[in-house]
Amino acid sequence: MVERRPALTFLAHLVLVLGVVVVAFPLYIAFVASTQTADAIVQAPMSLLPGSHLLDNYRAALFGSATGGGSQAPVAQMMWVSLVCALIIAMAKIAISLLSAFAIVYFRFPGRSFFFWAIFVTLMLPVEVRIGPTYQVVADLHMLNTYAGLTIPLIASATATFLFRQFFLTVPDELVEAARIDGAGPLRFFKDHLLPLSRTPIAALFVIQFIYGWNQYLWPLLVTTNEDMYPVVIGIKRMIAGGDAAVEWNVVMATAVLAMIPPAVVVVLMQRWFVKGLVDTEK
Amino acid sequence: MASISIRNVVKQYGSGAKANPVIHGVSAEIPDGEFIVIVGPSGCGKSTLLRMVAGLEEISGGEIAIGGRVVNHVEPAERDIAMVFQNYALYPHMSVFDNMAYGLKLRKIPAEQIRERVDRAAQMLELSHLLTRKPRELSGGQRQRVAMGRALVREPQAFLFDEPLSNLDAKLRVQTRLEIQKLHQRLSVTSLFVTHDQVEAMTLAQRIIVMNAGRIEQIGTPEQVYGRPASTFVASFIGAPAMNLLRGMGQGAEFHTEGGALALPSTAPRAGELILGVRPEHVEIAAEGWPFEVEMSEMLGAERLVYGRLAGSAFTLRMSGALPAPAAGTLLSIQASPDHLHWFDPSTGGRIE
Repeated sequence: MVERRPALTFLAHLVLVLGVVVVAFPLYIAFVASTQTADAIVQAPMSLLPGSHLLDNYRAALFGSATGGGSQAPVAQMMWVSLVCALIIAMAKIAISLLSAFAIVYFRFPGRSFFFWAIFVTLMLPVEVRIGPTYQVVADLHMLNTYAGLTIPLIASATATFLFRQFFLTVPDELVEAARIDGAGPLRFFKDHLLPLSRTPIAALFVIQFIYGWNQYLWPLLVTTNEDMYPVVIGIKRMIAGGDAAVEWNVVMATAVLAMIPPAVVVVLMQRWFVKGLVDTEK
Repeated sequence: MASISIRNVVKQYGSGAKANPVIHGVSAEIPDGEFIVIVGPSGCGKSTLLRMVAGLEEISGGEIAIGGRVVNHVEPAERDIAMVFQNYALYPHMSVFDNMAYGLKLRKIPAEQIRERVDRAAQMLELSHLLTRKPRELSGGQRQRVAMGRALVREPQAFLFDEPLSNLDAKLRVQTRLEIQKLHQRLSVTSLFVTHDQVEAMTLAQRIIVMNAGRIEQIGTPEQVYGRPASTFVASFIGAPAMNLLRGMGQGAEFHTEGGALALPSTAPRAGELILGVRPEHVEIAAEGWPFEVEMSEMLGAERLVYGRLAGSAFTLRMSGALPAPAAGTLLSIQASPDHLHWFDPSTGGRIE
């Protein structure tokens, strides 16, 4: 593919630039809206240049001093809830998937393939399918409006288990045998060899699962009724009042921008690991 | 250091009617300090046997004892052995030092003693300057030496080698072979070395175990295995090119094959059906003798291999490289030396003295 045709190159770049614009423009609009007053936004057409109320709006969003018709809960608290939930979900998912993949790959126990297939089949069942019964269980255990209720039902992960299983299968048997001769028991082997070797897939999964946890909407909507326990994604929705009440779009947009920052930071910081973890292994 | 006894060892996969036996009752006594090479074609069970000694494979029947202690149900780590694997099996995330020290750390040996042992082994194997590197930064030969170092530092009762040279290029293989030999001379630790390469077997072994299809064909020194092969299998497996084997009927000083009668320099050991074995290096071109029709030849430098037909069957002979190559179709007279005729029983393949 080393054709040198200027027209083609131009066309390729044009398509790429258009793609970027399509994706980036709404983000830009959100940012611009978050820097203006509520009145300025509702005027048509809205200005496409940033206004001068950036700090005011973000302060209003973070500390809940907005005056609009919707929810006015402070976003700082919501960000905290989202962060805690996303971290718990990502880390617990990784921990549990590592251990279950370890069991499935390295131990021979009755029903091993049954369990593997049981896990595999649940890949096909998203949270939404089992949401009713799961809600019942969580409610009966009095976990509504708690971090436990927000996170535990989302922790089991067939995808991650499957990914680690595939990774473990590529670890040469001789490595296991060498460790056995060196005197490493199963947990030793797990800790000293499997974990360090799995560093890159762990990092990649962390990114995916952090974003997954951060973006949860339906489940938190069901199990939280208390403003203190809303994650930020729900907070945005709750700020948009129904009916005739005025919506402070500037604060809503500020919240939206705030909600985008942590996943973006995680992706940017771990990008190198992320790509490496999905494409190559250190062996 | 310790002796290794293998008594009537059987290995089968599965059980009951579906059992698939791969080793059928193998016995061998390996005295303390001996270097034994187990050689055989792939799938003959040699690696499985080694892995049973190491404890990586369960023993289905019989007994294996190391230093007089039966180890059938002893964990590999407690058998006091060290193993070198074909693909080295170095821990990729650990430095060379940590690779070598890992087993010692797990045995709770004090740090300064570990340091000392690793340093000593590294010096012996010329690895001292590589101790901080990761395995992926090493060449194949260096990785191989690290794998040996890892075995050395454990100061085990026995070394087990599972085709450790087959991933190296030809030149490095010869060099490493010599190093292993030197190490054994220095440490004289009982060693079991599995290979499919007969040159490695001949050069390294004090005694060779030749295996075929899950059975031991012969145990003996390289001289015995080469000079007095116990069966047609050993005769054709050891020595390159392989020993010529001719089927026919013995009758006094004559050997009747389908393609004609051959006069023997000595009498046949018995009348009736026999297999006659002659190594390519033990025949020479003479004024008169067996008629050998040349088909093609290969120049190896010091010597020349000539392929052709003798009394209707394929036959190979080895001649000096200094002599001119015989043209295809030439009829040569060859003579086998009377001391180097081997006789085998066609029904069992066993040697007849």
